[in-house]
Amino acid sequence: MNPFDYACPSSVDEAVALAGPDSRFIAGGTNILDLMKENVLRPGRLIDITRLPLGEIASTLEGGLRIGALVSNSDLAWHPEVQHRYPLLAQAILSGASAQLRNMATTGGNLLQRTRCWYFYDTGTPCNKREPGSGCGARDGVNRMHAILGASDACVAVHPSDMCVALAALEARVQVKGPHGERSILFEDFHRLPGDQPERDNVLADDELITAVELPAEGFANHSAYLKVRERASYAFALVSVAAALDLDGNTIRRARLALGGVAHKPWRREKAEALLVGRRAEDGAFAQAAEALLEGSQPLTYNAFKPELARRAIIRALTDAAGGTAR
Amino acid sequence: MTPSTSPMGQPLDRVDGPLKVTGQARYAAEFEIPGLLYGSVVNGTIARGRVIAIDSTAAEAVPGVRLVLTHENRPPIASYDEPYEDEDAAEGSPFRPLYNDRVLYSGQPLALVVAESLEAARHAASLVRIEYEAEPHQTDLALVRDHAHPAPGEVPSRGHFEDAYRGAALQVEHQYGTPIEHHNPMEPHASTVHYQPGGELLIHDKTQGVQNCMQYVEKVFGLQGKVRVCAPFVGGAFGSGLRPQYQLPLAVMAALRLKRSVRVELKRQQMFTFGYRPRTLQRLAIGASPNGQLEALFHGSLGQTSRFEDFTEHEVEWSGALYACDNVKLEYELGSLDVYTPLDMRAPGAAVGVYALEMAMDEVAYAAAIDPLQLRLRNYTDINGNQGKPYSSKELRACYEQGAERFGWSRRPLEPRSLREGRELIGWGMATGVWEAMQMPASAKACLESDGRLVVSSATADIGTGTYTAMTQIAADALGLPVDKVEFRLGDSALPKAPLEGGSATVSSVGSAVSRACASLRQHILDAAQQTPASPFTGASLDDVSFENGELISRRDPQARVSLAQVIQTSGTLEAEARAEPGEERKKWATGTHSAVFAEVRVDEALGTVRVTRVVSAVAAGRVVNPKTAANQITGGVVWGIGMALQEETWTDHRLGRFMNHNLAEYHVPVNADVHDIEVFFVEEEDSVVNDLGSKGVGEIGIVGVAAAIANAIYHATGKRVRDLPITPDKLI
Repeated sequence: MNPFDYACPSSVDEAVALAGPDSRFIAGGTNILDLMKENVLRPGRLIDITRLPLGEIASTLEGGLRIGALVSNSDLAWHPEVQHRYPLLAQAILSGASAQLRNMATTGGNLLQRTRCWYFYDTGTPCNKREPGSGCGARDGVNRMHAILGASDACVAVHPSDMCVALAALEARVQVKGPHGERSILFEDFHRLPGDQPERDNVLADDELITAVELPAEGFANHSAYLKVRERASYAFALVSVAAALDLDGNTIRRARLALGGVAHKPWRREKAEALLVGRRAEDGAFAQAAEALLEGSQPLTYNAFKPELARRAIIRALTDAAGGTAR
Repeated sequence: MTPSTSPMGQPLDRVDGPLKVTGQARYAAEFEIPGLLYGSVVNGTIARGRVIAIDSTAAEAVPGVRLVLTHENRPPIASYDEPYEDEDAAEGSPFRPLYNDRVLYSGQPLALVVAESLEAARHAASLVRIEYEAEPHQTDLALVRDHAHPAPGEVPSRGHFEDAYRGAALQVEHQYGTPIEHHNPMEPHASTVHYQPGGELLIHDKTQGVQNCMQYVEKVFGLQGKVRVCAPFVGGAFGSGLRPQYQLPLAVMAALRLKRSVRVELKRQQMFTFGYRPRTLQRLAIGASPNGQLEALFHGSLGQTSRFEDFTEHEVEWSGALYACDNVKLEYELGSLDVYTPLDMRAPGAAVGVYALEMAMDEVAYAAAIDPLQLRLRNYTDINGNQGKPYSSKELRACYEQGAERFGWSRRPLEPRSLREGRELIGWGMATGVWEAMQMPASAKACLESDGRLVVSSATADIGTGTYTAMTQIAADALGLPVDKVEFRLGDSALPKAPLEGGSATVSSVGSAVSRACASLRQHILDAAQQTPASPFTGASLDDVSFENGELISRRDPQARVSLAQVIQTSGTLEAEARAEPGEERKKWATGTHSAVFAEVRVDEALGTVRVTRVVSAVAAGRVVNPKTAANQITGGVVWGIGMALQEETWTDHRLGRFMNHNLAEYHVPVNADVHDIEVFFVEEEDSVVNDLGSKGVGEIGIVGVAAAIANAIYHATGKRVRDLPITPDKLI
């Protein structure tokens, strides 16, 4: 770990003013400290934002929920409103990391966690995300955990978050503050595909700070499911994960949301796949078609040829579970 | 007769437990020394080639950095192989850190940055730039099959395999694979070298053999008589501490160069830069009669090794020993790769070889359409066919019977895919486990102190196995003392000679020495008691007295008794040292520990995820000194077996020749949520041959057979045979 300056601002404006290309915000530190210990990140300054007033969960005028960027993953998952109205989000959070990590990790930080690509973490290997232009070690390397959708020649990494998969399905918005004021970003648009700039995970500028995540009023509380397929029962990143949410009229689907984790550089959604479900009966045939549509164009790599089929099965399972009623 | 108050066989709590849970037990990297320097290792990134240049300018500019040690500026070290050949060395030319510019494997230590703080050392280490001349490398065992060479040493064979196999009614032949695995003990390897004013070195090392490390340092650095190595506590090792690892010579080099005390502690990622369980590619061909009687058995294994040493372990021998079969052919080859030498890991050889054998046996059972347990019983033997000798004891039949009873095996339908609950298929599988029951020469000293306490010592180790506790019980039993009056000391090279702590031989070897030292001390105590005027013990021999509850008692007249404390007040401290070694009688017999493992799995067929919901492990290991610590060993082995079956695998990027999942987030071992019901028990087994104690040791046997039982259960659940470990979800969908 390199030596660095440390700042501890007491207001959002002050934090934003301190930000810049050589600085990093730190809150729970559950990812950035690892990355610094591995010399993957060497920020000149850490801006500790834990004293900022961003720790509240409050209702919005639109009937949704505003989650302060510093709300811990644990507090969010166990918040009564979240448990009651957004069980999909609670399930997704609780299937990630460990209780200890969830106690430290924050809402904003979860959005900003970096890929767990083995090459990204190992400075003895090439990685365009870590060191632009050095090449992608994973594309022809050990790529079992890697992307099957939306990847580029430059990068085949996947976003590791569980929470973000649920937030994508719920169509949350990310509230951001920068030197020029605030902006609100649709979750769908927050993370980006790698293209030829894999070093950029999302659309945040260096001097922008996430202040909150907003959930719309609709939480699909009655018919949602988060399914995570992994190699051990806990403490593992997803091979594939699925956030499925349905709004049913009897057994007919009125609205559907479907997002995948573990398959792309960002939570993976396709309008087409969800539209296919609308007006259909909630059963295997429709689920399979939605899965096909969501996975269309999958390009597996040497070691993850199993992912499209596993994803297809997981999608059908998650939709089946969602249709059967949210597990409580 | 052992009195009923004997601590032998009692589930005594670990005597070192309080020290551990209160943080008073010090591990190798926890000894504080004024002025201590910290080393951080720089590891190479190519698999084969040469170091052209090392640029340490930026590293040296970091405040607090005292030294950047490389092959160019290290102190003199031995140049022949012999000084590097430790007690567990493989055949060949041992690795010598910082010896020259050659790069032999990816991850090789190429420099050590030494600084006044750990932070400065680590940061500076990240600034060292190394320029290489890379050469083509090979790290993929599957691609060197055609260039494999026979492993050193002979593997036994008997009869005529080919003819018998050809003539067999049932022929089952398959290939099996096991991946590279890393030990990953909780405590990373570390050495704290305390530089003494006279240039002597007191070293706190993470090791399973303090004397092994002492001799290594003495010989490699020419420091005869100037080195003492201590390891009173070891936070798990599993074999990774059998050989001196590179942090030890690096720390010594820095200490000698700077004449300062130095600590080098490896990071978790660096725990993947030395020994590991080798990948194996195995083939079994079994010929049997229609009712499952074995007629021919071939077991061949190709293991990987480095280019500089031939690492060997017993992978195929088990197939010639476990069952009755007249025609056995065994083969063991090695493929040399640009990797570090493998290293013994829990049940080395048996864990992988018995996996393949016991899955093949399951396949034979299905070919013969008989119950897998019946197949084992049908081929049962009390003779080790490799040696042509009877077992000194082998209560495997009791393991099968009692294990099956507790598991409910008799209710198992033979047909795969016949049990289901909701979305899960349920399967029951079983396998046999086997390990050697070895004894090595060992010495121990027993000393009755003036305060009446018994202090017993030997230079062995307790790597979490319960050595402190078991030895305390053995010694307390021998002198009829309560266990709280007995202290056992270990982990110091200055203590009486002990073998490496490994191979499940510590109770057998060191326990026997402790027993003998205590027996000798009994004589001294009796002698001393006879010195007092009007001693009631005059003329008595050891057979005429007993040692109970801290007293010496005459068997003829139980009123004639004296407390050991009284004896010692008159005589002063009494001590005895003894050496125990395998007896002649042992040579007539084969010796081994055995187990029967039964497993239940639940498989989500659509998603390929597996839960191991129940394991029963029945073990025959002779006399169990402490059923609590012994069962703890077996339970740990079962958990490891779950990991071996389903999760553990070190992935290599063969283009880079480098391990890639080198941390505990990506190298998976079971977590609590993966571990369900595990029932462990020991069957009665008496053995008067194996050693004085009749006790066989249980460190390895717990893992052997577990992966096969689970894999066989997965077959029973799903009808799918997955022969390459680990059985991850992708292999089942």
